[in-house]
Amino acid sequence: MESAAPECRGMYDPANEHDACGVGFVAHVKGQKSHGIVEQGLLILKNLDHRGAVGADPLQGDGAGILIQIPDRLYREEMAKQGVELPPVGEYGVGMVFLPQEAASRHACVEEIERSVAAEGQVLLGWRDVPVNREMPMSPAVRLTEPVMRQVFVGRGSDVFVTDALERKLYIIRRRAANAIKSLKLKHGKEFYVPSFSARTINYKGLLLATQVGVYFLDLQDERATSALALVHQRFSTNTFPTWDLAHPFRYIAHNGEINTVRGNVNWFKAREQAISSPILGDDLKKVWPLHYPGQSDSASFDNALELLVMGGYSMAQAVMLMIPEAWEKHTLMDENRRAFYEYHAAMMEPWDGPAAVAFTDGRQIGATLDRNGLRPARYLVTDDDMVVMASESGVLPIPEKKIVKKWRLQPGKMFLIDMEQGRIIDDKELKDSLANAKPYREWVDKIRIRLDELPSPAEKIEAATASMLDRQQAFGYTQEDIKVILEPMIQNGEEATGSMGTDSALPVLSSKNKTLYNYFKQLFAQVTNPPIDPIREELVMSLVSFIGPKPNLLNTHDINPPIRLEVSQPVLSFDHMEKLRNIEKYTSNKFHSFELDICYPLAWGSNGIEARLASLAADAEDAVRSGANILIVSDRKVDAENVAIPALLATSAIHQHLVKKGLRTSAGLVVETGSARETHHFALLGGYGAEAVHPYLALETIEALAKGDAEKADKFVKNYIKAIGKGLCKIMSKMGISTYMSYTGAQIFEAIGLKKDFVERYFTGTPSNIEGIGVFEVAEEAIRLHQDAFSADPVLANMLDAGGEYAFRIRGEEHVWTPDSIAKLQHATRSNKYETYKEYARLINDQTKRHLTLRGLFEFRPQGEAIPLDEVEPAKEIVKRFATGAISLGAISTESHTTLAIAMNRIGGKSNTGEGGEDASRYAPVKGGTMLSDVIGKSRVARDLELKEGDSLRSAIKQVASGRFGVTTEYLVNSDQIQIKMAQGAKPGEGGQLPGHKVSEYIGFLRHSVPGVGLISPPPHHDIYSIEDLAQLIHDLKNANSRASISVKLVSEVGVGTVAAGVAKAKADHVVIAGFDGGTGASPQSSIKHAGTPWELGLSETQQTLVLNRLRSRIRVQVDGQMKTGRDVVVGALLGADEFGFATAPLVVEGCIMMRKCHLNTCPVGVATQDPELRKRFSGQPEHVVNYFFFVAEEVREIMAGLGIRKFDDLVGRADLLDTRPGIEHWKAKGLDFTKVFYQPPVPADVPRRHTEVQDHGLDKALDHTLIAQAMPALEKGQKVEIETRIINVNRTCGTMLSGEVAKRYGNAGLPDGTIHVKLTGTAGQAFGAFLARGVTLELTGEGNDYVGKGLSGGRIVIKPSPDFRGDTQQNIIVGNTVMYGATDGQAFFAGVGGERFAVRNSGASAVVEGVGDHGCEYMTGGTVVVLGMTGRNFAAGMSGGIAYVLDEDGSFASRCNLAQVALEKVLPAGRQAAGEPLHRGLADETQLKELIARHAEYTGSKTAAAILANWDAWREKFVKVFPHEYRRALTEMAAVTQKEAA
Amino acid sequence: MGKPTGFIEFERLSEAYEPVEKRLKNFKEFVHTLSDEEAKVQGARCMDCGIPFCNNGCPVNNIIPDWNDLVYKGNWQQALDVLHSTNNFPDFTGRICPAPCEAACTLGINAAPVGIKSIEHFIIDKGWEMGWVVPQPPKSKTGKKVAVVGSGPAGLAAAQQLARVGHDVTVFEKSDRLGGLLAYGIPDFKMEKKVVDRRVAQMEAEGVTFRTKVIVGSKDLPAGINNDASEFVSPEQLTATFDAVILAAGAEVPRDLPVQGRELKGIYAALEFLIPQNKEVQQGKANPINVKGKHVIVIGGGDTGSDCVGTSNRHGAASVTQFELMPMPPEEENKALTWPYWPYKLRTSSSHDEGCTRDFAVATKGFVDDGKGNVKALKAVRLEWKDGKMSEVAGSEFELPCDNAFLAMGFTNPVGTLLDAFGVVKDNRGNASATTDGEGCYATNVAKVYAAGDVRRGQSLVVWAIREGRQAAREVDAFLMGSSTLPR
Repeated sequence: MESAAPECRGMYDPANEHDACGVGFVAHVKGQKSHGIVEQGLLILKNLDHRGAVGADPLQGDGAGILIQIPDRLYREEMAKQGVELPPVGEYGVGMVFLPQEAASRHACVEEIERSVAAEGQVLLGWRDVPVNREMPMSPAVRLTEPVMRQVFVGRGSDVFVTDALERKLYIIRRRAANAIKSLKLKHGKEFYVPSFSARTINYKGLLLATQVGVYFLDLQDERATSALALVHQRFSTNTFPTWDLAHPFRYIAHNGEINTVRGNVNWFKAREQAISSPILGDDLKKVWPLHYPGQSDSASFDNALELLVMGGYSMAQAVMLMIPEAWEKHTLMDENRRAFYEYHAAMMEPWDGPAAVAFTDGRQIGATLDRNGLRPARYLVTDDDMVVMASESGVLPIPEKKIVKKWRLQPGKMFLIDMEQGRIIDDKELKDSLANAKPYREWVDKIRIRLDELPSPAEKIEAATASMLDRQQAFGYTQEDIKVILEPMIQNGEEATGSMGTDSALPVLSSKNKTLYNYFKQLFAQVTNPPIDPIREELVMSLVSFIGPKPNLLNTHDINPPIRLEVSQPVLSFDHMEKLRNIEKYTSNKFHSFELDICYPLAWGSNGIEARLASLAADAEDAVRSGANILIVSDRKVDAENVAIPALLATSAIHQHLVKKGLRTSAGLVVETGSARETHHFALLGGYGAEAVHPYLALETIEALAKGDAEKADKFVKNYIKAIGKGLCKIMSKMGISTYMSYTGAQIFEAIGLKKDFVERYFTGTPSNIEGIGVFEVAEEAIRLHQDAFSADPVLANMLDAGGEYAFRIRGEEHVWTPDSIAKLQHATRSNKYETYKEYARLINDQTKRHLTLRGLFEFRPQGEAIPLDEVEPAKEIVKRFATGAISLGAISTESHTTLAIAMNRIGGKSNTGEGGEDASRYAPVKGGTMLSDVIGKSRVARDLELKEGDSLRSAIKQVASGRFGVTTEYLVNSDQIQIKMAQGAKPGEGGQLPGHKVSEYIGFLRHSVPGVGLISPPPHHDIYSIEDLAQLIHDLKNANSRASISVKLVSEVGVGTVAAGVAKAKADHVVIAGFDGGTGASPQSSIKHAGTPWELGLSETQQTLVLNRLRSRIRVQVDGQMKTGRDVVVGALLGADEFGFATAPLVVEGCIMMRKCHLNTCPVGVATQDPELRKRFSGQPEHVVNYFFFVAEEVREIMAGLGIRKFDDLVGRADLLDTRPGIEHWKAKGLDFTKVFYQPPVPADVPRRHTEVQDHGLDKALDHTLIAQAMPALEKGQKVEIETRIINVNRTCGTMLSGEVAKRYGNAGLPDGTIHVKLTGTAGQAFGAFLARGVTLELTGEGNDYVGKGLSGGRIVIKPSPDFRGDTQQNIIVGNTVMYGATDGQAFFAGVGGERFAVRNSGASAVVEGVGDHGCEYMTGGTVVVLGMTGRNFAAGMSGGIAYVLDEDGSFASRCNLAQVALEKVLPAGRQAAGEPLHRGLADETQLKELIARHAEYTGSKTAAAILANWDAWREKFVKVFPHEYRRALTEMAAVTQKEAA
Repeated sequence: MGKPTGFIEFERLSEAYEPVEKRLKNFKEFVHTLSDEEAKVQGARCMDCGIPFCNNGCPVNNIIPDWNDLVYKGNWQQALDVLHSTNNFPDFTGRICPAPCEAACTLGINAAPVGIKSIEHFIIDKGWEMGWVVPQPPKSKTGKKVAVVGSGPAGLAAAQQLARVGHDVTVFEKSDRLGGLLAYGIPDFKMEKKVVDRRVAQMEAEGVTFRTKVIVGSKDLPAGINNDASEFVSPEQLTATFDAVILAAGAEVPRDLPVQGRELKGIYAALEFLIPQNKEVQQGKANPINVKGKHVIVIGGGDTGSDCVGTSNRHGAASVTQFELMPMPPEEENKALTWPYWPYKLRTSSSHDEGCTRDFAVATKGFVDDGKGNVKALKAVRLEWKDGKMSEVAGSEFELPCDNAFLAMGFTNPVGTLLDAFGVVKDNRGNASATTDGEGCYATNVAKVYAAGDVRRGQSLVVWAIREGRQAAREVDAFLMGSSTLPR
């Protein structure tokens, strides 16, 4: 058997795999065992099948499994056949063991287990071969890796009496054996794996499809296999190298989601090894280490940690709470003792953070918990015969409605536990209260917690620096831009600066300027598999709290005298803070001791001095900790003319990693005092590589100096600065889906570009760095060069900082690709249609022999054959079809420039992209010659008119679906050739956007289905995509809406993007875009423009290699974009694997853009990126110019192809062997780069395609909608009313969408008259029920829905009511899942029950009535009406800028759960009393529309709640609260004033 | 960045001029520097472009957006520092530069460009007024000696840069005044000579030695070139005494008009008229050429021609006519195809405004003798231009009364004997051969002899001369010291 997962090859690294999945369990509350439960478990698996993935081979899944209680009778009887008599239940354990196929290795593994059993004093009872079905059809690739499965039976030793003790012994046996086998370093030793080893549970899992588990394992079919619980899991991994051992469940858990902080968590565990002790495990603890191995998945790592905590004495529930705490920091409603519990434990361990639904069991209890943000779904039900079923979605088991007593869901941070020994369900409150009250945590916390902020101000002042501020600023690489661009906006507004149009400056390793080490690192970010968080609107989950100093002993469960801890509310330390830390002994009665590590060294030692200096610093740190220091201050304060500072990031990481290796890191805190840190990115890096807090003394001095002696101002500036950095840190953390600074510390969420691998491995262990670059001595050299310039007699630097030129072009500043000359030449060429001028332009861009700017600038073509005549090369008119313009919304750019691009692309047969702002339906039809632009879209909406040609079309072929879902209607979707899901954007991956109210003109409001003047927010994540299977769902939804469109997913280049792309291919996307980090943008924080993501050369090559390696490349078309400018860029992209090419900035330049980089200010002076009608008149772009440009590019491509001897463009794709590094690179930094990995070609057989050659099977043929469409034909064709009845189950997903596509194709957004097609359904609907439902279609469901009901609702009506058999109260039972009506634009929905989290997020026009909602209800809503007849969760109306919500607030507590940042809470007045002239929502009095909606709700659903309210209306009306967004009120008032004026 | 919306809110305000009738009465500068408030508003019009094309359009690469912003914010002294960081003599360029920066200004694409030159003028005048322009003597001396031949803008810029890093610099000038064409060439009404003098004083305080009336290399000058020299220094003497020599002697040889009657009296090269005029204004020595009441024809449509027009009008000429060989350029250029480069368009100088007939596409065929050896009329013919080629229009010959003609058709090359004396290789235009980029730039073929300014590039703008002077200084410094901190 071969090891399945390939090692690192080329750009592919298995460390980047992600997974997400379906999870579920069924259990009997009273612990009654039956074989039926096992069968039900297997059925759940089958019904979750669609949540898993299949690879290139449909028989190859990512793994599935089932964990049950030990089937004693089965084993007893089977072992008896071998003559082994098993001891009584609880007195023996069973190990499920995967063994190597290779006999000798297998034998060695068996021996090690037996040796461990003996060594631990237990009794080996015997072995059993696990009977499996070898006849079952299996993918050959899977068969190849199939392990030999055996069970080992172990009896208790003489000194072990209780099952718990036996369980611990089994644990130690397993760890000991595993470590022993590991140390044998056998080739096949890696195949050894123990899925479970317990006296209570047994785990049957493997690299199987969900439906195969019950077939493959014969035991599971055996009637004697009984259990009171079954925990099942079906995996969806982003790539197709899944292995047997990575299938879930693990020994304790099954996990749906992703642990974003896993690298930090694992590192911290390593750091703890020496420092922790366990009173329970005693010396056995030593046998456990190392706890984690490389190559483990995040879930496996989580399981290992949880297991250790449980073995160390925590109850399972407490251990889970410790690892996945609720968001307690800002939870004002939380019980005080519970807060104290969390606060106390917070210092012990950083949270394992990320979207997670974790189901766990130890065989006695089974439960589940959800991450703090509630990012995964988990629905459960309880029956009247004590069964509990929990799963990622409802409807996975057919259970008669009349037996169900409760239908609910797991809520964010909440836990749900069944104790089968006690025979009852313990709810979150009881469970946590009992733990929280078990010890006097509040008292402890109050006594042991010292807040640095609250300590008295110190009398001491550090002596002033000897060098001048200017010299020191220069020594740390400050430029004038650092002051003007970075610091000024922060100190003025308390926010990071915004920029636009991406970045085109030289990469640090290519730059001739001296850069700080920070610049070589790029922030990683979440895309697809682990959603980013909105740190502003969902602030309640974010925390910047940091503890400085030693961490308490994690396993000291018996602690009666806990150690004190030092807390800071955020990690940026002031001068005062620092003095307190320096003298911390005084404040803590000598409990804390700080020790300063001076990271400066004599300049005279030169760059060679750095290595040894780092080594001594590490040794000094170790000595200091060993001799009692528990706060280390890494300081470069002593920098002066003679002493150069080691880059603080390097010193910090070196010291941190040294202490981790020595197991001392948790014994001391690490604080960095540095002059180098000034922008958010710097703080993020220092934190990410280990600093618990940072004191940016020079930034603070600089800021104070900017106040010019005004102390009050200085104070305000510093406060604003610290606030801005804090906000920026939250943003950087959240883009990786991490919520707490504690988890971020040491999490290393970065990749390096241009640093030598061995340097990175040594000092930044584990950080990816794929193209080599400079090493430690060059890093020192660069620091020294900065230092020498600073203290030199350089006249330019004598009185001022270097000009910079990074953010704006400066002749003597940083190099940029766009220069005055390249822009001028491009514009002149395209306006005059002169190819020679274009060639001058192309030369300026392409020739990077003197100025090094981009990675591709260092490449050269390496022809493999003879050149051919130009006329033999594919014509330009074919090549231009591969070109697309970027996703730039009308909103980011003007109507004029948006339509010009569309016209041009349609003329050449390329594709233009709507961007995320919707599109005017009047643009869909082709136009007649001579038509004016204003004839098509209206005179008032065009500032500079344009005459169109016959056959021109303004329609954008690509319709973007972004997180804001602006104007995404069924009609919009059916009018597309491609639908693009924007997961991330190069300029600000992992972040959302915001269009301020003043930019939302009448037209933009119309396009985005929002109110003019009301600000619009695009959330950082798509709220219907928190994992890869959610993406698969959205792809499915969109494909249903328009099956002719290809579905594209836009990703941003970063390390690991290849595996994400593989996941995207498996999720059935037809097309994927790999965007470079440098792409343009309307507005983005500068730190994101510069420091997040990587050049596309890296992401594209990784994508190509991973897809080819996975044999998925043929199924998906690959497009690349990001500062694509010339034909040479195109050819490089093609050779690295792209079929298509996106251009954004260059066509804008052709249209007249001159790189003002002021798009965010709405002041574009050439009318390209502004909405100001006066400025738009200045727009001078013509479609002809854009057409000329693309033909020039294609012509250049052809010339290069001729030189390479390649006739067809297809033959270029993936030919990385035609690329090489240009010889003779002299640049002192760039010469260390190595592109071998980028040019790597996966060694697959020649017949494995390297480009797009086939189509995806979307499985649309199975859709229920085919029946609906067939029956609805009279309605579709003649507008006749039809009524359809059908049953529905959870595998029927996206019901009604294909039907709606048919409606929209024929009737547009207007649809059919209300109720023309009426579909009555019964059962549990699969996900995305009624997605994009068109007007005229009513779906009336008796039963329940899952997640995403009414997603993108486009005018249709959805009614969901419980079965009449169901006895539950509608206000107390869930009826629809999470993210219901996300992005709805119009229509109505009535739900007689409670909805999940994020109800009606980004609703822009639909009405809904629901009887309760979870957290984040009506988030980002911009229009429409929502009525909640019941409880809401927290953070209601966050970011809500339009529409109205009416919430029934029976106990008056709603205000505490509502986010009041943008909304007012008002009473619902009787219609007659609503003041005249008051702005009216939809022109109606509140009472009128509220009552009307409730009446309809009663009518459609038969809701008793609604009936009761209507019966006593006036009394109930009083209890409603009207949630009225401030912006909406203002806009309504303004519009009313305008109307009045017009009337008068 | 000034004010983000400033360019929409505020109009361009050009510097005010004295009325024509007033300014014609003297040779004083007639341009009014912007007021503090006006400068602020003009600074606010700057858009702080992501790519400031002006930064590239300006030959010395002035960091225009930065000082515009500082002016907007009232940080004048800092603005001055930024301005001086790229330009030694903004007082010269702020007065007489044709401002290619403004041609490159992005606001100029579809509106009036930022008044960059007027702001520059404001900053430097403010600097002098406030006493912020002070000598910057070096902290220490290197002991190296550098000779600079020529005290025009290139020579002065090079000398100042080198003096400030501690070299002993001596500037040689054959005229009796320092400044080259700045002093003797450009009329005072464009730039009063105190502007040069105060810079010379500043440089003396920085340690520069000036030696006037010293001719270097060769005494053998072509006709029409001003020479006040009373002392001669040979190349050998210079190279023996100095560690490096920078030739910055300009391109003084005027282009001649070899037509019939050229030898008649009353026909002069432009500088033969302008230099004595400078001397008259500055030293009271009467200009031997007086055109009061005369019919003047200026041949050549460039800046020198303009200066002749302005000077003639100040003399009180009866008529002033200016001929240009080329056809009349368009009033407005095709911005779409020219911006940000220097556009070909009709340029009307302040001298033209003072009264002048301009005639385009005219070729001078000869001069008519009044019988006494004086010119009395000019014979010309109209031209037709097609695809860059000219032909005479048959039958279009005409004659115009002419008492004085000034030939302002540009300068062909440096004084060849100077270069020959040094043994410097010339390029095919007769200029000193040296590159401007990369290793060995500005160095001539002769060891330790460098060339900068018009002597190297041929006739050009003052701002280009300053650029070359600065860049050459850096090369010389690097040559002398091994490396240089001087900016290019």
